[in-house]
Amino acid sequence: MSITAAGTDTGTEAVALTKRDFTSDQEVRWCPGCGDYAILAAVQAVIPEFERKPQDVVFVSGIGCSSRFPYYMNTYGFHTIHGRAPAIATGLAVSRPDLDVWVVTGDGDALSIGGNHLIHALRRNVDMTILMFNNQIYGLTKGQYSPTSEAGKVTKSTPFGSVDHPFNPVSVALGAEATFVARTLDVDRPHLTEVLRRAHAHRGTSFVEIYQNCNIFNDNAFLTITSKDTKEDYQIRLKHGEPIRFGPEGSRGVRMGSGGNCEIVSVDDVGVDALLVHDEYADSPGLAFALSRLAHGPSSPTPIGIFREVSRPTYGAGITEQIEQATVAKGEGDLEALLRSADTWTIA
Amino acid sequence: MTTTETHTAKTVNELDRVVIRFAGDSGDGMQLAGDRFTDATAAFGNDLATLPDYPAEIRAPAGTIAGVSGFQIHFSDHDIMTPGDAPDVLVAMNPAALKSNISDLPVGGTLIVNEDAFTERNLEKVGYVTNPLDDQSLDAYTVFRLQITSMTMRAVEGVDIGKKDAERTKNMFALGLMCWMYGRPVVGTEEWLTTKFAKKPAILDANLKALKAGWNFGETAELFASSYVVRPQAAAPGTYRNISGNTATAYGLIAASKLSGLPLFLGSYPITPASDVLHELSKHKNFGVRTFQAEDEIAAVGAALGAAFGGSLGVTTTSGPGVALKGETISLAVSVELPLLIINVQRGGPSTGLPTKTEQSDLLQALYGRHGESPVPIVAAYSPAHCFTAALEAARIATKYRTPVFLLTDGYLANGTEPWQLPELADLPDLHVAFAEGFNHTKTDGTPDFWPFLRDPETLARPWAIPGTPDLMHRIGGIEKSDGSGNISYDPANHQRMCELRAAKVAGIARDIPPLEVDDPDGDAQLLVLGWGSSWGPIRAAVRRARQGGAKVAQAHFTYLNPFPANTADVVRRYDKVLVPEMNLGQLVKVLRSEFLVDAQGLNKVQGRPFTAAEITEKIQEMV
Repeated sequence: MSITAAGTDTGTEAVALTKRDFTSDQEVRWCPGCGDYAILAAVQAVIPEFERKPQDVVFVSGIGCSSRFPYYMNTYGFHTIHGRAPAIATGLAVSRPDLDVWVVTGDGDALSIGGNHLIHALRRNVDMTILMFNNQIYGLTKGQYSPTSEAGKVTKSTPFGSVDHPFNPVSVALGAEATFVARTLDVDRPHLTEVLRRAHAHRGTSFVEIYQNCNIFNDNAFLTITSKDTKEDYQIRLKHGEPIRFGPEGSRGVRMGSGGNCEIVSVDDVGVDALLVHDEYADSPGLAFALSRLAHGPSSPTPIGIFREVSRPTYGAGITEQIEQATVAKGEGDLEALLRSADTWTIA
Repeated sequence: MTTTETHTAKTVNELDRVVIRFAGDSGDGMQLAGDRFTDATAAFGNDLATLPDYPAEIRAPAGTIAGVSGFQIHFSDHDIMTPGDAPDVLVAMNPAALKSNISDLPVGGTLIVNEDAFTERNLEKVGYVTNPLDDQSLDAYTVFRLQITSMTMRAVEGVDIGKKDAERTKNMFALGLMCWMYGRPVVGTEEWLTTKFAKKPAILDANLKALKAGWNFGETAELFASSYVVRPQAAAPGTYRNISGNTATAYGLIAASKLSGLPLFLGSYPITPASDVLHELSKHKNFGVRTFQAEDEIAAVGAALGAAFGGSLGVTTTSGPGVALKGETISLAVSVELPLLIINVQRGGPSTGLPTKTEQSDLLQALYGRHGESPVPIVAAYSPAHCFTAALEAARIATKYRTPVFLLTDGYLANGTEPWQLPELADLPDLHVAFAEGFNHTKTDGTPDFWPFLRDPETLARPWAIPGTPDLMHRIGGIEKSDGSGNISYDPANHQRMCELRAAKVAGIARDIPPLEVDDPDGDAQLLVLGWGSSWGPIRAAVRRARQGGAKVAQAHFTYLNPFPANTADVVRRYDKVLVPEMNLGQLVKVLRSEFLVDAQGLNKVQGRPFTAAEITEKIQEMV
């Protein structure tokens, strides 16, 4: 049994869709200057390229500033409860493989209250695209530290500094054996757009960490890697099949060091051949994980780009296949036969 | 005992009803023996009711009281309501089983013991100082001391299996003996064994030999002077099968999916005693059923709600502790007004409580266990077979009114079985659901628009527009919505209006459910016995007994607990006294008192076991 939506298609397929088709009539209510605006604009701009009609696209979110995102998209949308968006989206994606399902979440929503759902969605490889806006702070509750805040962070709930060890979201996703893992930046529109394209094209769960500036409660958290003056020294831009280099004229690079850890070296000292060549498609997540460990926050050289993209059957496809096989083997379900499937007796 | 007739060399006594309890160590296969005896009894055409009673530990230390597993079956030539107050026959496979069950056996009852298990060590484990088989402590009973283990071992001699496997077939010996004693055919069990052990011929051979040996022992041993017959029940014409509550629930959900045209999506996390619904539904993928074993209870209900948003019949199955975790998502379903079934197979609480034992103590949780003004309709099944109908009803209400609905069953209904008269498919309700197809509103500038919270004036249900529907793109969420448009609204008056609308929608379901039926044969009873859920069986049996004793007593039973049927106030106020037996410390009685200002009295039991009819009869007699 499959679901067919009712209604008549008014023929939007004839005309190419634009950003406008995906923009809802709701007033956007994030704080002025919030990084979320840039991400929303990038998504609205790139999504028409994907040639899915607005009615076939669904944005599911949890709770937090980022989770208001669905209200601003002229698609179907479900603003759910704190941390549970990946679980709710799983039910939708598995039961409606015809839809294009997106999850928008934040660092607190995805990694704190919803950590369990995130890792299980990733290991199952449910076909959906998860955008995790990481601002390293709780914004909507007005400024408590988050599971990605740096140790020692002074906030309203940690006046003497946080004693929590933070999560590295990319490491978490790779540890859960996610099939697509990337990191990008709210302020780098071309990079963000390209990562969105790749994430959307991937079959299975795509996990995208987006460094996003909260200008109210954690302003300039990513300044070191985003500012014009320093970004060359702090962004390690990953490119498949190329030696991993960064810095002025590619003067610095990454090589495999001792104990399975990556290390940053001077290219002049070690030579280009000693550098690690980035392989997005490596079967094992080991190398990608080692790369993710290079930076424990945006204050040291930080890899951005696509860490991993591998192919694995999606969870929904597996379920659909079992239904198809069972239907071939047993025939379409017959209720009468089911009710009579045990010994019966008849009283005249 | 009515008549006596002879057959072969032995006397056959006719009985109208018998209660047998099999009890042994949890490794002794008592549930299996009970299940097979039940199937044979169902095939024979008796009315029956069963009560499995097993420990939470999969294999508690052998021979201990904690490890005792029991299975009681009541069967008869007339309609019965309960698994029986007390056994007529107790089969005790070891001293622990004897010790924990003997107090339930009435004086004069038949006791069959496996003498081989009454070793010094086993006696010591359960604190018997002397062997009860040798002191006079069992003089009040008719005791049969059988060497079940050694007779079984002799029967399977020569079969190529280990000693342990050989010994494990002693449940088949006991089953064979009981089948002889009550004239149950063993051919069904033989077929069942042949299928089960198709790939293990030696094990199959041993089981068949042990079964046969048990039967033959009854037939030939001088010990048993007679066997018994309980004639088939003269029930209503129709086709019957035996069914447990969990299976009936699963079938009800599949039927609801077929009848509504909505694919079934089950999100569930394993929990006793609900897991069998997940197991059963997982087998039937050819009905388009999607089962999702989630990472936790919250994800299970979340996925079900996500599927409901997409147009599936979203269901989650669990027990009380799981419901506690699902509360926030149920509130979301109340707020976004999507259909969702939450099935609570209740067990003893609080906390882990008595996970394998039954209780009805989650009624208040279902009614009130959420934040905010969060009304949820409640349907409760009253017998194992009724779980089918109750599941259909829960689905009907959920889809028609776009609301989460609780279906309450319990451990006793889940695992207990009874004959079920199969429904005619043509008689099942039409649950067809229409999704929203087009615009339902016009903007001030004249352009057409879709308002996801513009309600049906009669049911107050909102339109269900599923993703994929052109033009109807909309956003829903847990934040308060503006009446009609569904846009986010913090307007104070709007919030009050929305809370009142959601409450009115659920209250209005009272117009769409049958009235509370009262059984008051002469119409002059002064006492009403009013129950809900699985205590129906013992209440019914108790009322019948009390009437036989001359008491004037009326009876009514709730299937719908939120909203109550429209005539509930009339019914409960019509009687001088209202007695409410419940397996909790007084939950329905509390609601009745607060809703209807009646001086209802509770009869409460929380021992992990259903009421006996005698317990309720006694209370009735005290009150009339």
